[in-house]
Amino acid sequence: MSAPTAMNPVEPLLRSERMPHIWCPGCGIGTTVNCFARALERSKLPLDRVALVSGIGCTGRVAGYVHLDSFHTTHGRAIPFATGLKLARPEMTVVVYSGDGDLIAIGGNHFIHAARRNVDLKVICVNNFIYGMTGGQVAPTTPLGATATTAPYGAFERPFNLPFLAESSGAVYVARWTAYHVQHIAHAMAEALQKKGFCFIEILAPCPTLYQRRNRLGDGLETMRYYKQHSVIRNGASTRDLDLGFQSEITVGKFVDIERPTLQQTMEAAYRQALQQRYAGWRA
Amino acid sequence: MPPTATPAARKFRGEVFIHADRCKGCGFCIEFCPPQVLAAAETYNRHGYHPPRLVNEAGCTGCDLCGLYCPDFAIYGVRVPLAAAAPKPETSRELAEAGGRR
Repeated sequence: MSAPTAMNPVEPLLRSERMPHIWCPGCGIGTTVNCFARALERSKLPLDRVALVSGIGCTGRVAGYVHLDSFHTTHGRAIPFATGLKLARPEMTVVVYSGDGDLIAIGGNHFIHAARRNVDLKVICVNNFIYGMTGGQVAPTTPLGATATTAPYGAFERPFNLPFLAESSGAVYVARWTAYHVQHIAHAMAEALQKKGFCFIEILAPCPTLYQRRNRLGDGLETMRYYKQHSVIRNGASTRDLDLGFQSEITVGKFVDIERPTLQQTMEAAYRQALQQRYAGWRA
Repeated sequence: MPPTATPAARKFRGEVFIHADRCKGCGFCIEFCPPQVLAAAETYNRHGYHPPRLVNEAGCTGCDLCGLYCPDFAIYGVRVPLAAAAPKPETSRELAEAGGRR
């Protein structure tokens, strides 16, 4: 950042005519989009080679606000759509940007299988512990004891530990940050954009309208202060130990960064071996 | 204190741009500004929120952390070099009017 400029660095990435966006005051999704814009800028990727796919939900709206090739898919189907896109256009960097309800609940099966096959996708999951857009129902990430519209006496189902789920399913890059850790998110996203394989970044974000208000946790700013005070950075920590309780300490960091052949590579190798010269490969 | 340098030793000055009508008043920028140069304005924007206001112009380091935090893309900071040869930097308003906004 050297020359003075009147241009917001995010502006080239945004569909400004659609602003203001639908996200509530104090919501963390916009902050993550800011970090994504910085990461994209740092990665120096040509913007016409980046595609963003999202599902349904508040975070699903990201696809409508970025000035990239983007697609707002049906509920839970961001990953299958992105898998097809990546296989048909291998030169594209495909980012899946969605919420916990979309990716892990209805899209849970797609999530684990994409990680298992190591599809070259960059999955950004904004986790606000709840189904935001549909009215605050219990999600597979709602911590035990937290109240939701469908759990007035507190959630009693054990939530997913997302980094552990991603790692055990086969992801090659796994990180968790909160919306407070903006520089870390931008750095993690930039790393994931450069990496081959299934990258998963979980970002905890406040949902002041539904999760925070219903649980009497204050507004978005209050939650950001909480993240600041109660987050502990443990890079390389075992993902087994990353369970999140209701208002518990939050372990953040980069947990997994390994190399493994991607779906594209294993598929081509297998076909080449089986079909020899007869294998033509896919040409867009 | 800002982590970069003391204001006298800096080779640049920070400038912050505020797109007041986009602001939803979450207060992230005011809270997390390292040199604490922002405060909530007493005036309302057109949506009825109090946007941030620069209260300590000399303190801004142009680190753009406000820009990273802002969920509404309504604020950002830049660094303006203070080199003698550099042309006199324009004011925020002139720069804002020059472009970058739709």
